[in-house]
Amino acid sequence: MVPLSYYLVLSGILFACGVAGFLIKRNIITIFMSIELMLNGVNLSFVAFAAHWHALAGQVFVFFVMVVAAAEAAVGLAIIIAVYRTRETLNVDQVNLLKL
Amino acid sequence: MTPNLNLWLIPVLPLAGAAVNGFLGKKSSRAAVSVVALFFSGAAFAWALAAAFRAFDTLPYQEYLAHWIRSGSFSADFAFYLDQLSLVMLLVVTGVGFLIHIYSVGYMWDDAGYYRFFSYLNLFLFFMLTLVLANNYLLMFIGWEGVGLASYLLIGFWFTKDSAASAGKKAFIVNRIGDFGFLIGLFLIIQHFHSLNFTQVFEQIRPSPPETAGAGVLTAIGILLMVGACGKSAQIPLYVWLPDAMEGPTPVSALIHAATMVTAGVYMVARSHGIFERAPVALTVVAIIGTLTALFAATIGIAQTDIKKVLAYSTVSQLGYMFMACGVGAFSAGIFHLMTHAFFKGLLFLAAGSVIHAVGGEQDMRKMGGLRTYIPVTFATMLIATIAIAGIPPLAGFWSKDEILWQAYQTNWVYWLIGLITAFITSFYMFRLLFMTFFGDYHGVQVDEHGRGSHSHGGHGHGEPHESPMVMLVPLIILAFFSVVGGLVGVGNRFEHFLAPVFGSGEAAQTAGEAASRGTELLLMAVSVVAALLGAMLAWLLYLSKPHLPQKIAAALGGFYEAVVNKYYVDELYATVFVKPLVDGSTRILWQGVDRKVIDDTINDAADGARHVSDEVRHMQSGNLRSYAGWIAAGAAALIAYMIWLGVGR
Amino acid sequence: MLSVHLILFLAFGVVALAGAINLLAQTHPINSALSLIAVMAALAGEYLLLGAEFVAAVQVIVYAGAIMVLFVFVIMLLNAGVEEHTKGSRVAVLFGIPGMLLGSLLVAWVLLRHSGTEAVVAGALPGAPKTIGPLLFHEFLLPFEITSILILIAIMGAVVLASKPPTTPPPIPGTTTSAATPPGPRKVN
Repeated sequence: MVPLSYYLVLSGILFACGVAGFLIKRNIITIFMSIELMLNGVNLSFVAFAAHWHALAGQVFVFFVMVVAAAEAAVGLAIIIAVYRTRETLNVDQVNLLKL
Repeated sequence: MTPNLNLWLIPVLPLAGAAVNGFLGKKSSRAAVSVVALFFSGAAFAWALAAAFRAFDTLPYQEYLAHWIRSGSFSADFAFYLDQLSLVMLLVVTGVGFLIHIYSVGYMWDDAGYYRFFSYLNLFLFFMLTLVLANNYLLMFIGWEGVGLASYLLIGFWFTKDSAASAGKKAFIVNRIGDFGFLIGLFLIIQHFHSLNFTQVFEQIRPSPPETAGAGVLTAIGILLMVGACGKSAQIPLYVWLPDAMEGPTPVSALIHAATMVTAGVYMVARSHGIFERAPVALTVVAIIGTLTALFAATIGIAQTDIKKVLAYSTVSQLGYMFMACGVGAFSAGIFHLMTHAFFKGLLFLAAGSVIHAVGGEQDMRKMGGLRTYIPVTFATMLIATIAIAGIPPLAGFWSKDEILWQAYQTNWVYWLIGLITAFITSFYMFRLLFMTFFGDYHGVQVDEHGRGSHSHGGHGHGEPHESPMVMLVPLIILAFFSVVGGLVGVGNRFEHFLAPVFGSGEAAQTAGEAASRGTELLLMAVSVVAALLGAMLAWLLYLSKPHLPQKIAAALGGFYEAVVNKYYVDELYATVFVKPLVDGSTRILWQGVDRKVIDDTINDAADGARHVSDEVRHMQSGNLRSYAGWIAAGAAALIAYMIWLGVGR
Repeated sequence: MLSVHLILFLAFGVVALAGAINLLAQTHPINSALSLIAVMAALAGEYLLLGAEFVAAVQVIVYAGAIMVLFVFVIMLLNAGVEEHTKGSRVAVLFGIPGMLLGSLLVAWVLLRHSGTEAVVAGALPGAPKTIGPLLFHEFLLPFEITSILILIAIMGAVVLASKPPTTPPPIPGTTTSAATPPGPRKVN
C-alpha cells in the first residue's frame, strides 16, 4: 500500500520542477510548458486527496483544471505568436520595452 | 429718575464714521470725507455734552449693553459707567478731539491718504471713548489696546517712509511691554476679587486696611498697573516711543500724544485709586517714577532742536507731573492737570503744526525765527499756550501745576523741590522754543514749489512764510481761550469737590491746620511763579539778548551737553541690551534653527525619504519578465511557508 | 512492503520525474515538449492507480493529446531554435530558485514527518464516468457551463490574437527606447 504522503511528495517535486523551469528558462514556450507541469503536479495532488478522503469532488475539480488549462494554453500560445510577430524572438529577456 | 442716556452712542458714532470713511472714502471727494468725519465726531461731542447736562445730578450712571463673558463665577459685560471722573475725560476727549478734527481738515487737505487719516482718527476716538466709559477693566483694556493700534496706524501714516514705519512699530511694541504688566495685574485682580468690574472690585477692597508691609496683593497689583501706565503714558523706562512718535502728522501728535491717549495711563491709575490708596508702596513707586520722569524729560527738552521733539519731551515731563500728583494721593489734582494740559499742549502742537505748515515743512527751529510778523495769529495762540504751560497765573497751567506742587509738598518736600526745578526748566525750554521760532531773524530758506522737509504735507509754493487757513486757526483760538479760562474751575478747590464723589474726601483730611497751611500755600505759589519767570528770563537772555551764549555754554559743558542732546543715549542702551540680543536670538534660534531646520527640514527630509524608498522599490517593476517571475515565485513560497507554519501549529 | 501497487507507483513516478528534469535540462523546446508528454502519460498511469479512470482518460485525451499537440504545433510554426544564452534576471535566480527549493524541501519534510497516513487503496474509489457524470451535471453544473463559455471565449481570443494584422509593419528589431527619468519631488521652502 502506498501512503498518501508518497503521492504528495511526488506532486510537490513535480511542482517544484515546474517553478524552477519557469524561473530558469529563457524560451517563452518552455516557460509555458513549465506552467503546465505545475498544473499537472497539482492535479495529482487533488486526485490523491480525493482517493484518501473518498470525495469525488476532487476528481471533478481536476476536470475543471484541465479545461481551464486548455483555455489558457490556447490564449497564451496566441499571445506568444503575436509577440513573435513584433519582436522576432522567443527570448523572454528581449521582451523588455517596459524596462527602466 | 435717571434718564436713559444712551451712552453707547458716544463711542459708536465715531466708529460709524470710521467705517464709512474707511470703506467708502477712497472713491469720495475730500469734502464728503470731511463732512462724514466732522459730523460723527461732532455728534459724539454733542451727545457727550447732552449726557453731561442731563445726568449731572444723578451720577454715577451705569448703562448695560450686552453680555460678553460669563464663565463660572467670572463675568465681564459690555457696560458703560459714567461718573464725574469719566465725565471729565469724556468731555476732554470729545471736545479736543472734535477741534483737532476740524484742524486736520486744513492740515491734511493735500495729503493723498486723506480719507484714511480721518478713518483712523475716528477709530481712535471710538477706542478712547470705550476706554473712558468702560465699567470694567476688560472693556477698558480693549480700549487700551485699540488706542495703541490707532496710534500705530497714525504714527506710521506715511508708511512709505522707513522712519515713520519704524516709529509706529516701536510705539506699538513698547506699549505691549507695558500691557504685559497690565495684563498680569488684571489676572491678579481676577484671582483675588473674581471680577474685573470696577464697582465690584472696589466694594471688595473697601473694608481692607492699607497694606503696611508693602508685600501684599494690592501692592503687586498696583505696581503692575503702573507698569502698564508707564507704557501707555510714556514714563520711565518706557517713554522712548513718544519722541519717535512725532513722525506722525501733527494733528496726531496733538490728539493722541498730548491730549488724550497718553493720558489714559493717568486715567487708569486714577480709576484704580482704591487699590493704590491701600498700597502705599505702590503709590510711592508711582510718585517716584512720575517725579523722576518729569525732571529727566525736561532736561532732555532743553537741548532739542526739532520743534515737535521739544513738545514731545515736554509731554513726557507733564505726564510725570500727573503721576506725581496721583502718587501723593492727589488724584483730582492729577486729573485737573490732565484737563488743562490737554488744552495747552493740544494748542501747542496744533500751533506748531501751523508753524510747520507756514514754513513749508521745516521742523528745525534753528531754521526758523522772526515768524511773529508773518504768522501773528499762530504767534498769539502759541504765546498764550507757552505762558499757560510755564505756570504763570492766571492761565490754566498755573492752577493745576500749583495744586500738584502743593499736594506734593504736603507729602514730602523732595517731590516739591524736584517739581519746582522742573517747572523752572519747563518755563525755560518753552520760552526758548518761542523765542527761537518767533523772534529774531528768519533763518529759513525760501520755500520752494513742493515744500522742503521730510514732514511736508505739500507745502505751498510761496516765497515766504504765510498764515494758515481759517479752518486751522479757529481751533487754535478756541483752545487758547480754554487755556486762559480753563484753570478757573480749580479755584477754591471747586474741581476737587466736583470729583469728591469719586475719590472720596480723603484729601480733605489735609484740612488740619488749615490757617497755617494757607499761608504756606500762598508762599509756595509765589515761589513757583518766580521760578517760572526766572526760566522765561533765562531763555530771553540766552536766545534773544545774547544769542552767542548758548554755544559757549554748550562747549563748556562738553560731554554732558552731548549726552543731553543725544537723549542720554537711552535708545542706544535699549538697542544694545534688549533689541539686538532679541533680534539675534530670534534670527539664529527661531528662524534658522526652528523654522528652517526643524520645520522645513522635517518636510524636506520626509519628501526625500519617500523618494529614496521609492527609488529602491521601483526596481521591482523592472520591465524584465523573469524578475517578475522571480518575485511571484518568492511571494508564493512565502505564502506557502506561512500556511504550513499555521498548519503545523495545530 | 513491496506490493504491486508500490512498484507500479514507483515506476510511473520515476518516469514522471525523469521527464520533468529532462524538461529543465533540454535546450531545444521540442525536446522539452516531448518530455512533458512523457510526464503526462506517466501521470495518467498514476491516476489509474488511484482509481480515477475518467480523469486518466481525460488527461490522455485533452492534455497529452490536445494541449501538447498545440504546443508542438506552435513550436514548429515559430521555428523555435535552441535557446540562446542571455543575461537573465538576478531576482529570479536569487529569490526564485532557492525559494522554491526551500519550499519543496519544506513540503517534503512536513509530508514525510506526518506520513503516518493511511495508505491509499488502489482503486478504492470508483472514478468511473458513471459516478463522475452525475456529479458534473448536478452539483457542479454551474462551473461546468461556465467553463464551456470560458473555452468559447478563449477560442475567440486566440483567433483574434493570433491572426495576422491587416498591414503588418516591419517588426522592430530589438532596440530599446530610453525613457526620460521623471523629475524628483519639489523641495518645500
